Amino acid sequence: MAEVAVYGAWASPLSKRVEIVLKLKGVKYEVIEEDMSNPSVWLQNYSPILKTVPVLIHEGDPVVAPNVILEYIDETWTGNPIFPQNPKDRAKARFWIKFIDEKCVPAVMLACWGREMVQQMATQEAYNCLKALEDELRGKKFFGGNNVGAVDIAAIFIALWLGVIEEINGVKLLMHDQFPLLSRWVNDILSCSIIQETLPPRDQLITYLRTHNPNSFPSGT
Amino acid sequence: MEEVKLYGFGPSPFSYRVIWALKLKGVKYEYIEENLPMKSPKLLQHNPVHKKVPVLVHGGKPISESLVILEYIEETWPENPLLPKDAHEKAMARFWIRFAEDKYPTLNTFFRTVGQDQQLAIKEALKVLQILEDQALGNNKFFNGNTVGLVDISFGWLAYWFDCIEETAGAKIIKSNNLPRLHEWIKNFKQIPVIQENLPSRDKLLAYLKTKREKILSCIFIPNGH
Repeated sequence: MAEVAVYGAWASPLSKRVEIVLKLKGVKYEVIEEDMSNPSVWLQNYSPILKTVPVLIHEGDPVVAPNVILEYIDETWTGNPIFPQNPKDRAKARFWIKFIDEKCVPAVMLACWGREMVQQMATQEAYNCLKALEDELRGKKFFGGNNVGAVDIAAIFIALWLGVIEEINGVKLLMHDQFPLLSRWVNDILSCSIIQETLPPRDQLITYLRTHNPNSFPSGT
Repeated sequence: MEEVKLYGFGPSPFSYRVIWALKLKGVKYEYIEENLPMKSPKLLQHNPVHKKVPVLVHGGKPISESLVILEYIEETWPENPLLPKDAHEKAMARFWIRFAEDKYPTLNTFFRTVGQDQQLAIKEALKVLQILEDQALGNNKFFNGNTVGLVDISFGWLAYWFDCIEETAGAKIIKSNNLPRLHEWIKNFKQIPVIQENLPSRDKLLAYLKTKREKILSCIFIPNGH
């Protein structure tokens, strides 16, 4: 095995988060592709509690949980930091990553995939989350400022997966006139070459998510 | 030195996480008790997204979410470190801190349920606690090793609040014979002076929990015949 390996899944936004950060820092790594519905014995061995992707293996030792992995990578390979240096700004970044994983993504998933009874409430919650992110982008090109940072990387779900699940379900949440800054951010982040080359192709993702239950995605632990 | 303020709520274990971390590092702060469920204008100004306690305000800048605050405290006041230095051990600690957060609802479901639902909830809570006993604690005195750390602080509510929750809900889950090492950790954690001197009044906590459980149960649909 290479010095750095990632147990990942091509359709998982959490897996891709880890790959993007490694690429931004120029760290060479090997991907071991996992089937999310049937985790391998190796994955279960390295991640006995979560039993899910992504898992980073560095010098033979596993690091699990996507945001724990991000912090580990940033501290181990210090070039091109993705977290701010200042503790207050770093706390803000951690806050927004938590917000995206624990509030925004679940609300969006329910708004698109939930049963009618919950959909209306979830749609309002999704709008509130997107509005909070829109406000956070005011005066900035990226959530990280002039450069892509950890929050931008955590938000790639919105840049790609959101549009895909909107299309599959015939729902529109991220409307340009309501969220102009967030819409512009989506274009900007997808124009970054490293992110472009790491993310899965949109049409493949649409085909995959039409037939696979998105609730089988690991949650943002 | 910049001023430190903490907006908290007496019965909340999340507020105490922050208090313990500040005290363990000898950081002076002003504590402002929020009269929940009413929220002061200052709290809403400092935490407009979640509108919750605890909020730490340092030099006028607010930080919210207890686990984000803990990391901030660790980085801003590096004396008496509460996280391991080694990158891999730190990652493991962070994993357990996230686990503490994620499993908090599972460990509390038995408080919100009765009858068969409660029995099921107790089973699920036991599974989580067994993982803590075997994999997080192992043979260590504390989750952090020989001294207390952020992982212990994150699980700290198990050492005091959990017993009150058990009593209110009429269940006994952590016992010396089923989870001996966790039971021992509870004893050791409560003996640390900073922790011992910074716990809410047991009577007040029990009274608060009793009212809370009554409110919750009054909303549960009881089918005919019960």
